[in-house]
Amino acid sequence: MFPAAFDYHRAGSVDEAVALLKQYGGDARILAGGQSLIPAMRYRLARPAVLIDINPVADLGYIREGDGMLVLGALARDAALERVPGLHDRHPLIAEVSAVVADPVVRQMGTVVGSLCHNDPAGDWAVAALASRAQVVVRGAAGTRVVAIDDFLVDSFTTAVADGEMALEVRFPAPSGRTAGCYQKIERKVGDFATASAAVWASLAADGTFAEVGIAVGAAGPTAKRITAAEALLRGKKPTRDLLRAAADEAAKAADPSADGRGSVAYKKAMAGVLVGRALDGTCKRLGIEAL
Amino acid sequence: MSTTIDPERHAMGVSMKRKEDPRFIRGRGNYLDDHSMPGMLHLALVHSPYPHARIVKIDKTAALAVPGVVAVLTGEDLAAHGLAWIPTFHGYDKQMVLCVGKALYQYQEVAGVIATSRDAAHDGAELVDVTYEPLTPVVDPFVSLQDATLVREDREAKTNHIYHWEVGKRDETDAALAAADVHINERIVFQRCHPAPLEPCGVIADMNPGTGRLTLILTSQAPHAHRTVVSLVTGIPEDKIRIIAPDLGGGFGNKVPVYAGYVVAAAASVVLGVPVKWVETRTENLTCTGFARDYHMDVEIGATKDGRVTALKVKTVADHGAFDAAADPTKYPAGLFGIVTGSYDFPTAFTELDAYFTNKAPGGVAYRCSFRVTEASYAIERAMDILAGRLKLDPSELRLKNFVRKDQFPYPSPLGFVYDSGDYHTTLQKALDKIGYTELRKEQAEKRKRGELMGIGISTFTEAVGAGPSKHFDIMGIKMFDSAEIRVHPTGSAILRTGTKSQGQGHETTWAQIAAEELGLDPQNILVEEGDTDTAPYGLGTYASRSTPVAGAAIAMAARRIREKARIIAAHLLEAPLDDVEWSKHAFNVVGIPEKSITMQQVAFAAYTNPAPDSEPGLEATFYYDPPNLTFPYGAYIAVVDVDKETGYVKVRTFLAIDDCGTVINPMIVEGQIHGGLAEGFAIAFMQEIVYDENGNNLNTNFTDYLVPTSLETPHWDTDSTCTPSPHHPIGAKGVGESPNVGSPAAFVNAVMDALSPLGIEHIDMPLTREKVWTAIQAAQK
Amino acid sequence: MTITVTVNGTKYVRDVEPRTLLAYFLRESLGLTGTHIGCDSSSCGVCVVVIDGDRAVKSCTMFAVQADGREIMTVEGLAAGATLHPLQQAFWDQHGLQCGYCTPGMLMTSYALLGKNPDPSEAEIREGLSGNLCRCTGYQNIVKAVQQAAATIGAEAAAVPEPVAS
Repeated sequence: MFPAAFDYHRAGSVDEAVALLKQYGGDARILAGGQSLIPAMRYRLARPAVLIDINPVADLGYIREGDGMLVLGALARDAALERVPGLHDRHPLIAEVSAVVADPVVRQMGTVVGSLCHNDPAGDWAVAALASRAQVVVRGAAGTRVVAIDDFLVDSFTTAVADGEMALEVRFPAPSGRTAGCYQKIERKVGDFATASAAVWASLAADGTFAEVGIAVGAAGPTAKRITAAEALLRGKKPTRDLLRAAADEAAKAADPSADGRGSVAYKKAMAGVLVGRALDGTCKRLGIEAL
Repeated sequence: MSTTIDPERHAMGVSMKRKEDPRFIRGRGNYLDDHSMPGMLHLALVHSPYPHARIVKIDKTAALAVPGVVAVLTGEDLAAHGLAWIPTFHGYDKQMVLCVGKALYQYQEVAGVIATSRDAAHDGAELVDVTYEPLTPVVDPFVSLQDATLVREDREAKTNHIYHWEVGKRDETDAALAAADVHINERIVFQRCHPAPLEPCGVIADMNPGTGRLTLILTSQAPHAHRTVVSLVTGIPEDKIRIIAPDLGGGFGNKVPVYAGYVVAAAASVVLGVPVKWVETRTENLTCTGFARDYHMDVEIGATKDGRVTALKVKTVADHGAFDAAADPTKYPAGLFGIVTGSYDFPTAFTELDAYFTNKAPGGVAYRCSFRVTEASYAIERAMDILAGRLKLDPSELRLKNFVRKDQFPYPSPLGFVYDSGDYHTTLQKALDKIGYTELRKEQAEKRKRGELMGIGISTFTEAVGAGPSKHFDIMGIKMFDSAEIRVHPTGSAILRTGTKSQGQGHETTWAQIAAEELGLDPQNILVEEGDTDTAPYGLGTYASRSTPVAGAAIAMAARRIREKARIIAAHLLEAPLDDVEWSKHAFNVVGIPEKSITMQQVAFAAYTNPAPDSEPGLEATFYYDPPNLTFPYGAYIAVVDVDKETGYVKVRTFLAIDDCGTVINPMIVEGQIHGGLAEGFAIAFMQEIVYDENGNNLNTNFTDYLVPTSLETPHWDTDSTCTPSPHHPIGAKGVGESPNVGSPAAFVNAVMDALSPLGIEHIDMPLTREKVWTAIQAAQK
Repeated sequence: MTITVTVNGTKYVRDVEPRTLLAYFLRESLGLTGTHIGCDSSSCGVCVVVIDGDRAVKSCTMFAVQADGREIMTVEGLAAGATLHPLQQAFWDQHGLQCGYCTPGMLMTSYALLGKNPDPSEAEIREGLSGNLCRCTGYQNIVKAVQQAAATIGAEAAAVPEPVAS
């Protein structure tokens, strides 16, 4: 398939990109990894009149750890995360997601921030971002703002990024103390979007209870979904078999998937529960605790 | 490179590296889209969004206004050239090239836009304004057969029923079933799927006013047949048509039919006098080109209570889509489905089939099916496992009990085939021993105590390939022989051309190996060419695993003709009577005088420099081979699976394939064919389906919805072989390309069903997605 | 617009439309037809090339204009004249190709894979190639080919003597 014609501009800096966005408004799209945008353009489902290529912007691919955060710049590629030494120990949830997004070649170009901005209901990064309580930094002509991930993910293929704005970075909290997470995904084959997915992120208090818990599911609604009922069940409690199962059941209940080629509503709901259960088990194992 | 050959070294049975690889590993292949011609224009097609609709109006204005667009062609325009309809390969139906009055399936081709660039052609295609009047689509063949909505108004008989076909003894079989101790009856569906080679279809059509010839560079598995069809359809004489099938990036039956793009490109070239290129997109490939399978089979087996089968009856509803374009031999509308008695000695059998039109893309015969043998093998192998379950017999035991015995060959099957050779007991036993079957069953018993779902599945298929004897087989009237032409050069190398066309099967190597063995030449010095109708002898092409059985035989026979003439030359050179000169150890020897010996190289040189008196100079021969029978490769496959109860995921732990294709030309190439076919069978069993929803929408239009497994999902394959040569083939070879796709789906499904059998689940139709398996488990556990 | 792209060591200056995909640019503007096109959805990987020395990229999912100023290696750049790259030799030796259509993409992905992971396990190879589809080989011999190439490249690297400190 062949994209429709468009005007192409290169941005050498974020300021330039923002200025171009202001100039062209809703007619313009940012080109970063392009691994979601370009296929859509090949099918002519997306027909931006203007593409603003931010790949030439220097130093936008940063991956920084410090100040209690893991911060990824807009051009940080999925594959770059796979090469961060020790990421799996410090951020197992993030490391796990980075290994299963799309396929290993698409990951060389695809970006984490781009995936969040695209917000496919079955995308992986949104689920992990919700569970981690991430934040997205958005820049427009008026300046910069920090958006909590729950506010960032608005609807299928829709985020809080307004016309004239672009997302600059995503921040994953990395508090000190015992934290761990786990990502579970059912895909029919590598490269398929998730049939169902689940992300769990948790931190332990000194007394062995869950200080904070993030539980989210993907391919289970118009956008990735936080299972607040499950989180509430676990927060402040010690993990037990029954509690974890109850949390998983909450996920199955709350999941709101659509039926498609990947599965029926019943199957996807059930799998949301199964995967949250497995993600909880994986998280507990990484935290070095046993659910009794 | 030496041109002498070690007389003790054979080329047959040698895993020599492929001669075609050097260009492919360098990216120097010559695939269709790699070709270009000066002045070439590009064709893009417009497709119907409706599965069934009247075409009220086609407005070309906006499309023609796009810079670079040269022409827009519709069915009406083609009608003016007599090209609105073309015959289908099966011959009893015709199909629209572009829609004529109606669209009959979603994505059917409605118009063609020709432009100076690909981009402009697609820009133009977007702007062709078609007014449709949607009609109710017929999507379910079981609804179609009620004839409430007529799909084909153009046909004389106002019905969706295309044909009825049957073979065998109906009454005798019915009686035997009624009298049987045990009688199973199962609806077994082989879902619609698609061969999807990685290279899509395409053509460059060049009606050259300078030469008066129409040249098609065409993704064709059967260039000569295509040339004859083009001639019959256009009226252009065959000497004025040249078809060149270049390197093909996979075929699997996808590149046998004639597609709209080919005809529109050719018509456009005729009208415009310049070359026109058409290359389809993946979406067009999946939605418009020949699908595979879509058979709904009611399978009945009768048996005694100790497990001797007494009767087989299969009644099939076949969904053909909107045209009967199943590329079957004329007398075989259901292909070789009569092989459905499989490897078993049924005393009586009967099978019948009714085919129906629906508002879906046409096709049916593709994807390594050996002309519907995939459907038949799947049906019988599934049914035998269901029977084994009913009888509480181990599935291997049931098979061993009912196999055709080695001493029964040549075996006349109750459905009209004569199986050439086989030793089913030995091959299955080899598979059982090699995989450690007894230990696996022990492991399974242990796991079952713990509620774990482990399964072992067997498939012992016999297939029929090598179409075929002229008495029974023709495609549009052309008999299904094949041919070889070999010319030996003065310095002892040769050129060999056949009527087949490899799409990855390695003919440039294997054909050289056959000829080298017969002629005592070095296979590295035998150049093999296929695919150019100007130079290759007439053949019916490569599909249905027919190349080795038919063209392979022609090569051997042509080589033997050369050898006979060479013997005359040798006798002349050796100054010996002809009767005293024999061919042995790759040389001509005078009987009783070992030092009087001469090689083929020496003979070749003499053919041009010192020809025998009363003998023409030169050294070449052509052979057109009409096979006396089909060949019957077979195998024993065993799959071991573990099922995740919570998600329905099936892990294929082990897969062992023992194949018997008779004489093997190149074991490495055969093994590669097996690996590839098993991967296709795996895809079909677990994840592939072309689904049309109840409104006629095609839901699997690209590789995100029609799934090809990656290296990560695809299991490891263990392979081995037995060798039961074909007694009627000059080198005893049977062919093997399709066997793995024929035999493996049943092995996978039988394994999963074996795993689920403690839950009382008897059958689930493919593809065995996680959800299907999970749903069956959930239902059983309620 | 005008772009300058270095492909297989040769610099090319060409005019392209922004919408021209890199795969078509390589094939049609530069005549390098070894890079193939097989799907519409970035699923099949027959179009893979290597960018900036070590990154495998699906060239159907990138615009030619994005390659301006960059270095690209296609399958045509693997061999050093008549000498095949160990990957090419290995694919040939191990029968890792049949129709050859996926082969350039497989070679380039493998090239990048071995560049990052010179001694991959079978599981790592299968995972690393999971963005490239093949319909003919069932993948098994492709895996063997990559394993052979890894061994060859590893042996060649081990055989190179350490430079003498000056």
